[in-house]
Amino acid sequence: MIPSLPRPAWLRAATALYVAAFLLFLFLPLAVVAVFAFNDAPYPAPPWHGFTLDWFIGNETQGRVGLFRDSELLGSIWTSCIVALWVTGLSVAVGAANAFLMEREQFRGKGVLSMLMLTPLVIPGVILGISILAFASRLADLCTDLFGIEADFLRPGLPLVVLGQFSYIVAIATLTISARLKRFDRSLEDAALNLGASQTAVLRTITLPYLRPALIGSAAIAFLMSFENFNTTLMLVGSDAPLTIMMYGRMREGATPVLNAVSLFLMTASALLALTLMRRGKSQPS
Amino acid sequence: MAERAAGTRWTRRLVLALLLAPALLWLLALIVLPHVDLALLSFRERVAPREYAASLAQYRTFFGEPLYWHVFLRTALLSALATTLTLLVAFPIAWIIAKLARGRMSALLFVVCLIPFWVSETVRTLGWMILLRESGVLPAVLTHLGITAQPVELLYHDATILVGLVYTSLLFMMVPLVGSLESLDNALIEAAYDLGGKGWSILRTIVIPHAAPGITAGCIVVFMLTLGNYLTPTLLGGKNSLWFTEQIYTQFITRFNWEQGAALGFLLLALSTAMVWLGLTLSGQRFSDVMRRV
Repeated sequence: MIPSLPRPAWLRAATALYVAAFLLFLFLPLAVVAVFAFNDAPYPAPPWHGFTLDWFIGNETQGRVGLFRDSELLGSIWTSCIVALWVTGLSVAVGAANAFLMEREQFRGKGVLSMLMLTPLVIPGVILGISILAFASRLADLCTDLFGIEADFLRPGLPLVVLGQFSYIVAIATLTISARLKRFDRSLEDAALNLGASQTAVLRTITLPYLRPALIGSAAIAFLMSFENFNTTLMLVGSDAPLTIMMYGRMREGATPVLNAVSLFLMTASALLALTLMRRGKSQPS
Repeated sequence: MAERAAGTRWTRRLVLALLLAPALLWLLALIVLPHVDLALLSFRERVAPREYAASLAQYRTFFGEPLYWHVFLRTALLSALATTLTLLVAFPIAWIIAKLARGRMSALLFVVCLIPFWVSETVRTLGWMILLRESGVLPAVLTHLGITAQPVELLYHDATILVGLVYTSLLFMMVPLVGSLESLDNALIEAAYDLGGKGWSILRTIVIPHAAPGITAGCIVVFMLTLGNYLTPTLLGGKNSLWFTEQIYTQFITRFNWEQGAALGFLLLALSTAMVWLGLTLSGQRFSDVMRRV
């Protein structure tokens, strides 16, 4: 059970076996994705036909369009990045405002508001998507009927995708930033105020630097969640497909290993992001 | 002095208003009003082009059409099964991380177990498709080992959907489980052992009651995410997936029947909310505490 209690040899062996099987289960799907990005065959399937970089750099003359020549795929990566940047900016800004609101201010209805802020996390993403889609369309129709204006940004498309993803990612940013603000020692601010600093100077030189790790952490999480979001995006997407939607479409058709190549690219990017964050976390305790 | 006090009071009000504005805008414009609108949409029926009347027709269709409520029940049951399986798979590894492995080893194992979840669900599903499809890796291995004479199709079964769902959900179960197991004092387990407790009875009377908040948090989140999943069931289950979110998509996007889609969406939301509420009530926990655990 625990190290201080006697454990029979078979239990130790079983534990080691379980850990090994568990790790195999976790990493096998990722490993095959990575390996078949280099297979010299038109489909990501065994047997192994030898090593190739065609799925990264191949062009049409060879009959194999590699990742870096596939303008559709590259365009969708770019779309995902733009969407993710908007979602990240909005979520961190609004999340920080919410954190100050919930930790520093007193007002009527605070309990209800704090409850309401958590609800987006328990609403399935598909439902968030369709409710925003329906509501935005109603507003757009209203605009046309009342003023004769075509409000295109309220029709399915990237602005709605940003709003849809923001609607729940901001809840996560709020939780992350609030948690850190809660632990802040307010006597530091009082000391600075007593020494003659203005409110804005205190915010800029003391409170915000203290919040920095939480701001950076929530920005990274927001970017990643936006980039990987599928459910909400699927309902709100217009003609420009972000990467997850594009990949989904191709996976249904049975795609070439170029999808493995783009996946490997994503894995590397995620790993780098994770490593950077962990290093930051280590050099800055608490 | 009085003037200055009045001035600061106005500043304080202004600050409060400025902080409240984005929060209210977010919650009203993107959460509350859209859901009210969705509810209104689900309670109406098209009687003529651009003419609607209040009615329960959409919900009647749901209960009258066996396909709809069969798929609804199927999605609920498979989600419950996936949640249970996720708990069973995640518990031992959470125990090993929290109790058996020591110091650096424990931290390292935890990080290694979380790495796959930094990668998009689309990529992970692609991996399972390459592994399981008829021309894929595992059928080839099975044939090579002589277990099956021909490569077998391992995709498009309910079991495949379950494997995919458990895989995707592991993270959301492991994090709260490890958290709640780490806070369990080893001395309690030692005491129980000294008093003659055996593995199973210690687990039942000490470990599980202590870890209950973590178990609840994990189960609630996993159930909700599984119920609302779209990618894994449709790709791993193919045409046989019959997942409820797929029907919502069909009504909304393919058939453009928003009234029916809204009704189906509301039923899914109701089921999801009911299960969250049930989980909280059974374990006697507060919603806000549970959400902070995950």
